[in-house]
Amino acid sequence: MPSFPLYFRIPILIIGLLLLWQGIHLFLNIPPYLLPSPYSVFIAFKDNQVLLWNSALITFNETILGLISGCGLGILLALMMSLIPFVRQWLMPIILISQSIPTFALAPLLVLWFGFGISSKVVMAMIMIFFPVTSAFFDGLTRTPAGWIELGKTMNASPLRQLLYIRIPAALPSFASGLRIAAAIAPIGAVVGEWVGASSGLGFLMQNANNRFQTDLMFAALFLLSLMTICLWGAVTIATTKLIPWAEDTREF
Amino acid sequence: MPNISPPIYIHDLTLNYQNKPVFSKLNTTFQGGVFNILLGASGVGKSSLLKMIAGLLPISEGQITCEPTASLTSQISYMAQQDLLMPWATVIQNVMLGSKLRKEKQDKSKALHILEQVGLSNVVHQYPSQLSGGMRQRAALARTLYEDRPIILMDEPFSALDSVSRSKMQDYTAQLLHGKTVILITHDPFEACRLGENIQILVGHPAQIHLIPSIQGSIPRHPDDIHVQQAQANLLNLLIEKSAI
Repeated sequence: MPSFPLYFRIPILIIGLLLLWQGIHLFLNIPPYLLPSPYSVFIAFKDNQVLLWNSALITFNETILGLISGCGLGILLALMMSLIPFVRQWLMPIILISQSIPTFALAPLLVLWFGFGISSKVVMAMIMIFFPVTSAFFDGLTRTPAGWIELGKTMNASPLRQLLYIRIPAALPSFASGLRIAAAIAPIGAVVGEWVGASSGLGFLMQNANNRFQTDLMFAALFLLSLMTICLWGAVTIATTKLIPWAEDTREF
Repeated sequence: MPNISPPIYIHDLTLNYQNKPVFSKLNTTFQGGVFNILLGASGVGKSSLLKMIAGLLPISEGQITCEPTASLTSQISYMAQQDLLMPWATVIQNVMLGSKLRKEKQDKSKALHILEQVGLSNVVHQYPSQLSGGMRQRAALARTLYEDRPIILMDEPFSALDSVSRSKMQDYTAQLLHGKTVILITHDPFEACRLGENIQILVGHPAQIHLIPSIQGSIPRHPDDIHVQQAQANLLNLLIEKSAI
């Protein structure tokens, strides 16, 4: 079977989906408030450009801040868990419990505590993001190939130096895969926060459009949201493969 | 260099694995300043013995000492079957890893000199993934040399190489580690005969050590050497005979 490169498949997929969508719209005669045509979505996008881009920018800022703070928290927790057995024993259950609460249920509480502004959304995104980062990085830190650890020991490395120069670099490929997952889900956190209580952002825009049956505007916002997520994921993926080129080598072990 | 390469004494050393003795009350001496070869089949406990000397495995019964009675762990350098090069570091960074891990100043000119000795001058700033298997193992040897320890422990360091690279590595090793106390583990009688100045075999269940009469000629002995070929045949026979028990 011939394999097509990604940059070839994506445009084909998009055009195909748009045609299918337009076809459904034409032949099934669905009212526009249920399913607007691609063309009317495009018009809605054009007419509300400023509003859409501004909203997207706000959501983007929340996402990035959430991603940074979530990664920071994730890295910190993973390091603490791998270094201190006591922390590992008591923190693991707490982290698991924190993930068992549906984020959507948590959102109203966060809005209550952190207000309608940006902080509740950042916290929301952070809560969603830290978990994949912590678990992947921690996993990487505990799976340092035994040979490297032994080599470090025979070189009389202190535990801290061993962590800095062997275990952390060896765990970076795992960290990167956690980060990629985090980048893909980060916008969800921000948008969920905006749905529940906000005065701006894509989530807020979508909720308003939904209430007013402006389905075309909603689709336009959704399109922007998914574009943002894909770009973020792509940027993180490219950055991690560039910065951690040894990910392939480490996998052999 | 006032490095005296000390002998290593094994006293009544016992190793159990899953409540079965791998070896018990093992006694032997690895001579100072020469190539000690420990030959044996897989699973006989060679690697464990080496790890015990390296301080990587706890000793439950018996003693490992060296002379003078300074601590062993600060005198050894360990080379494993895998090159254990860090993929995120260049060749020279890998060579100087020990300095970094001990928070010492990195001696770049010494590292460069060693890399020249092992014929890696032209790949100093390349990453391990860009090197061939033989070059990687030479980089690992350079890292071992950089440590400049009097005792070198080698656990089948060449077994993953093709025969040409292996033979070259044996030459490099014999040359560059001359005068150090080397304990090299191998399952290859030919390697033992090329490099061994003191050959011991570890065979049986529980395993015991047998000393092999020394072979004429200085190392690295040439593969054509009649003594090498004879000794190799004898060694192989001995291994087969002892393993059958």
